[in-house]
Parts: sequence; structure tokens; C-alpha cells
Amino acid sequence: MRKILEKLDRVDRRVIYLLMALSVFVPLSLRLSYPIPVGEGPSRDLFDAIEAMPSGSVVLVSYDYDPSTMPELQPMAVALTQHMFTRGHRIIAMALWPQGASLSQEAMTAVGDSLGKAQYDDWVNLGYTVGAGVSIVRMGSSIRAVFPQDRDGFPYDSIPLLTRVQSLRDIDLVISLSAGDPGIHAWVMMAGDRFGLPVGGGCTAVSAPEFYTYLGTGQMLGLLGGLKGAADYETMVREGRENAPAGLATPGMAAQSIAHLVIMAFIIIGNISYLVIHKRRKGAPK
Amino acid sequence: MNWEIIGIWLGAVLTLMLYSFLYRDNPFYKFAEHLFVGMSAGYWVIYNIFNVLKPNFWDELTGAGDGSPDYFMIIPGVFGLFMLARLVPKIAGLSRMALAMIVGTGAGLSLVSTLQTNCLSQIEGTIMPLSGVGTMGFIDNLIVVVGVVCGLVYFFFSKPHEGITGKAAGAGITILMVAFGASFGYTVMARISLLIGQAQFLLFDWLPTMGIHL
Repeated sequence: MRKILEKLDRVDRRVIYLLMALSVFVPLSLRLSYPIPVGEGPSRDLFDAIEAMPSGSVVLVSYDYDPSTMPELQPMAVALTQHMFTRGHRIIAMALWPQGASLSQEAMTAVGDSLGKAQYDDWVNLGYTVGAGVSIVRMGSSIRAVFPQDRDGFPYDSIPLLTRVQSLRDIDLVISLSAGDPGIHAWVMMAGDRFGLPVGGGCTAVSAPEFYTYLGTGQMLGLLGGLKGAADYETMVREGRENAPAGLATPGMAAQSIAHLVIMAFIIIGNISYLVIHKRRKGAPK
Repeated sequence: MNWEIIGIWLGAVLTLMLYSFLYRDNPFYKFAEHLFVGMSAGYWVIYNIFNVLKPNFWDELTGAGDGSPDYFMIIPGVFGLFMLARLVPKIAGLSRMALAMIVGTGAGLSLVSTLQTNCLSQIEGTIMPLSGVGTMGFIDNLIVVVGVVCGLVYFFFSKPHEGITGKAAGAGITILMVAFGASFGYTVMARISLLIGQAQFLLFDWLPTMGIHL
């Protein structure tokens, strides 16, 4: 047993990489699917908040990420957009990250077209703005001042959806899909605490623990954390719709779970191996 | 020519080149790495010129947007040029004026907001009732209050960590370790998610271009 553990202690790191790759590629290739139970929690809170808003509410969604974090955040964007459109809400998209403007256009066009929603009546993409917190504060008095035109160069005043939207105070909910800074932090600080707007969000798993404190204090009304948060939301959106497509995040959860089991196995074996070998060497001369 | 398929192949080949580093360092990895750095630099320069500098400065200055030139934009323009003065040692000091403006604006804007959002609201969030909240509520709130107090005691260095102080500090470091463990778990999930994203791209976007459908 000890010899096996010693061998494991010296295992080539490439073997670990190979096992990790297999734990991800095999479940995806076999299209394994695990049930995703969604209980009470920040994902459900965000879903319920959107569900409770009256039809026709205006939601501002800020796409604060770029393609490097697409696997986690784009499924959230798609699921949120589907939910808001089916509830009859109208969406104003914008971005504090340059490439977020293109990613938002991709999500809004795909979901909007599939649900028969019209650009400028049901949704608009204002594009990217530089300045983060400064821009948000400016939007508190005038959104037009920050976005005189939308992403395609259409003047603000000629967009039907925006005729009654002058400032952040005319927005019913802000959602930031955030991969870092600027993102949720800026929205909570400026839109939430300064202007009193309800703020929800989605973020990469790395940054989720950082934002949980905002949930505890009520500064955020819900949060989707990483791929699991996206899969939770897809599951809730699909509830009651048996033939609905699985979404982008849900198919990855089986691979995610198996990869986590492999990592846990490595951690346990590594610790046992360390303890056994360390115990044997304890009396050995240094 | 099908540009979408060319794009998929480029993405797939570069992905495999980058992953080849996991086996060992090699010329394919180096090529992909240098290509990524070079293209990123070029992309961001052009992106910033057309999406930041042009709409926010040039169009405002010349009136290309609404037809009325805003000559006050000369002031931020000059400050922008001052930033570039760092490239010329003799006049590098001018960049400090622009930096002072940026730092001053940032501090003025976020000093009070940061204090409110990340300090006062968090303190307020730890002032919790221990009665009238039910058994589970009591346990929840007690963990938060005790955890915060013990965590703070761990960072109190004016008294030796002995006796009650030592025990509280010990509980504090345990709470901190639990928090770090949660962060580590989320970090693992994030990294695996990125791998899953690339794996889905290779399996479901790239392989079908070769007639392999999983």
C-alpha cells in the first residue's frame, strides 16, 4: 500500500491533466445529463424577482464581460433574456466592457428573433461606454448624455422603447453580468446604494464569494454564480416547458460534476499519501 | 470561401496549440502565445480608437455627432496628450497633471460610495437579532456575529493571542479557512467551466466540420 502511495506521490503531472481532460470530454461526448435541483437561494431569488415584476417593466442589463468568460456568462445572458421576454419585460442592453456590446447583440438578436421581439420596441442595445462608475452616475441624471445613440448609431430620441426612459430612475431593475471590474461592484455602489435601484447579477464562479456579502445585506436581490448559476436559471426557465431546449450551461454540468469528483479524489489521495510518507520519514535523519 | 469554417478551424488549431503546453513547452505553443499577444495589442489599439477616442472625443470636438462642436473637449484632449508625455523624458512631468485629475476624480467619486457600500452597509449587515427569529434564524445569525467578531480578533495584534483572545483568534482563523475553502471551490468550478466551454467548442463546433457528429 505504501509503495502505491509513494508512486502516486511522484505521479507525473501530465497524468493528472489527462484524467482531467477525460473527465470533461467523455461526459460531454456521451451527452450525460444530471438532474439539477434548484432550491432556495440567490438564483431562485433573482428568478422570483423578475417573475414578480409587472409585464412591460424595463430592465437594464449590463454586459460586463468579454469572450474569455463566455462559457459561464453567455448562458446566463441567454436564459435571463428568454425569461424576461416571455414575461413581457423590455430590455435595455449596454456594456461596461468593450466586447460586451457585441456579445449582448448576439444574445438579444438570437433570443429576440426566436420569440418574435422587435428591436427598438422590445429591446435596444446601447453599446459600450467607457468610464464605469462615472458613466453610471451620469446615467442617474441622463442616460441620453452617456448614450446619445445606440450601438448601431440610431439616435436615442428616435427609439420608441426609450421615450419614457430618461434616467436610471425610470429603470425597474438593473442586472449586471460581470466578469470582474467594472461590473457588479460598480452597479451596486452607484445604481443600488446611490440611486436606490434594485440590482441583481450574474458573475464568474471565481468572483461569486465576493458578492455574497451584498446578498446578505440586501444590496443585491439575487445572484447567479458561475456555470451552476446559469444551469440553475436555465432549469427554472424550463420548468413547465417539457420540450424546451436544454440551454447552454445545463449540458456542461455532468462534466462539471465528474471533474469535481476527480479533483476531490486527487486531493484525498494526495493528503493520504503525504500523511503516510511524512509519518515514515519523521524519524529519518535530515 | 466559408469564413465561418475557417474561423472555427483557426480557433480549434490555436486551442490545441495552447493546450500542447500541458505536455511540455514547444514551438507551437510559443507561436500561439505570441500570436495572441500581438493580435490582442493590435485589436485593442484599433478598438479604443474607434469606440472610445472617436465617439467620446473627436466626434464631440468636431460636432460630427449632433452638428454642434464642443470646443471644451480641447481640455481633456490636452490632458490626454499629457499622458503620452511620459514617452519623452524631458516633459514626462506633464503626465502627472493628467494622472492627478484621474486619481482626484476617482477618489472624489468613490470615496464616500465605497465607504457606504463596502464598509457601513456590511457592518449594518452584521448587526442581527438573536431573538424572535426562530431556532434556525438564531443559529444563522449567531454564526455570522461570532464569525465576524472572531475573524476580527485574529487580526488584532496589540494583545498576545493567549487565553480567551487566543481561543477567539483560533475560531476566527477557522472561519477564515472555511471562507478560503469556499473561494477555492468556486475557483475550481470557474476553471473547469472554461475547459468545458473549449471542449464543447471542439466537440460540437469543430468536429462536425470534419463530418464527425457526436
